[in-house]
Amino acid sequence: MTKRLIALLLLLGLGTIFADLIRGFTPDPALNMSAQFYAARTVVDTGAANIVTAIIVTFRGLDTLGEVTVLFLTAAIVALVLGGNVSGVKPRNWPVGELLQTGTKLLVPLIVLFGAYVFINGHLTPGGGFQGGAILASAVLLLLLANPARRFGHQLISRVEAVSGLFYVGIGVLGLVLAGGFLDNRILPLGEFGSILSAGAIPLIYALIGLKVGAEFSSIMASLSESEDK
Amino acid sequence: MIELRLVFGAVLAIAMISAAIMAIWPGRSRAIAILAAGAVSLFASIMFLLLAAPDVAMTEAAIGSGLTTFLFFFVLGRVRGRKDD
Repeated sequence: MTKRLIALLLLLGLGTIFADLIRGFTPDPALNMSAQFYAARTVVDTGAANIVTAIIVTFRGLDTLGEVTVLFLTAAIVALVLGGNVSGVKPRNWPVGELLQTGTKLLVPLIVLFGAYVFINGHLTPGGGFQGGAILASAVLLLLLANPARRFGHQLISRVEAVSGLFYVGIGVLGLVLAGGFLDNRILPLGEFGSILSAGAIPLIYALIGLKVGAEFSSIMASLSESEDK
Repeated sequence: MIELRLVFGAVLAIAMISAAIMAIWPGRSRAIAILAAGAVSLFASIMFLLLAAPDVAMTEAAIGSGLTTFLFFFVLGRVRGRKDD
């Protein structure tokens, strides 16, 4: 009872804080200083049509590298804790419906294609490496749901992950050498604004991030699924 | 147009809060609680779309309501059947 009361009090306090925030909110009449900077400089400096992507990949590229590293650490820890699968133990199988199996066959190629579309077009339309990677991982998830006994090659997943991470950092260092700084996208020509091969290295970087994130999520799910065997 | 968006936003907020209450309502099965938490995420992603943040909406839909729900179900499947459950 006391536990519930404490939780209720905490929730009430949180609600009061949020209510205060909403009551004190007045929309800005104009863009603030940093938003103005990004709105004015994005197209000139990076050639990207999607300002959010330009900020994530170029202006705040180092933060993104940090985020990808955190995700990598998570995947590594999950693999460390759940890995070391005892072979020879029969995987537990649950009955899978016909609908799910047939639907998976139809949908998985489309989902993979859509994920690749999302991260390749990250500099033009909403979306990007993280979203595309998560969509790729949901294809892996569907495969696992349709056939729980399916095993993925961990070697392949970790190779994709390692190679894309290496190239990501390599492009960053190239930016340091050839252009204005670490992860500067102007190592490649900016190209025509709005076309798919534009915005310098952003499509390349986002494709690498997409592969890396997709591989990390897939590895987490594969580890989880295999841990059931024990 | 603004009115329509306000109404839609209010409906979404009510749906989100009722799903959240459903998730924490005592005495319900854990599977329903997990599904309700996924529904909160799904409504949140539509809300992000309404607030003109499609990038965040995509992340929320894919990770918040997709992968996390699956993760919870996986863990639920593993802890189920133990005595200290």
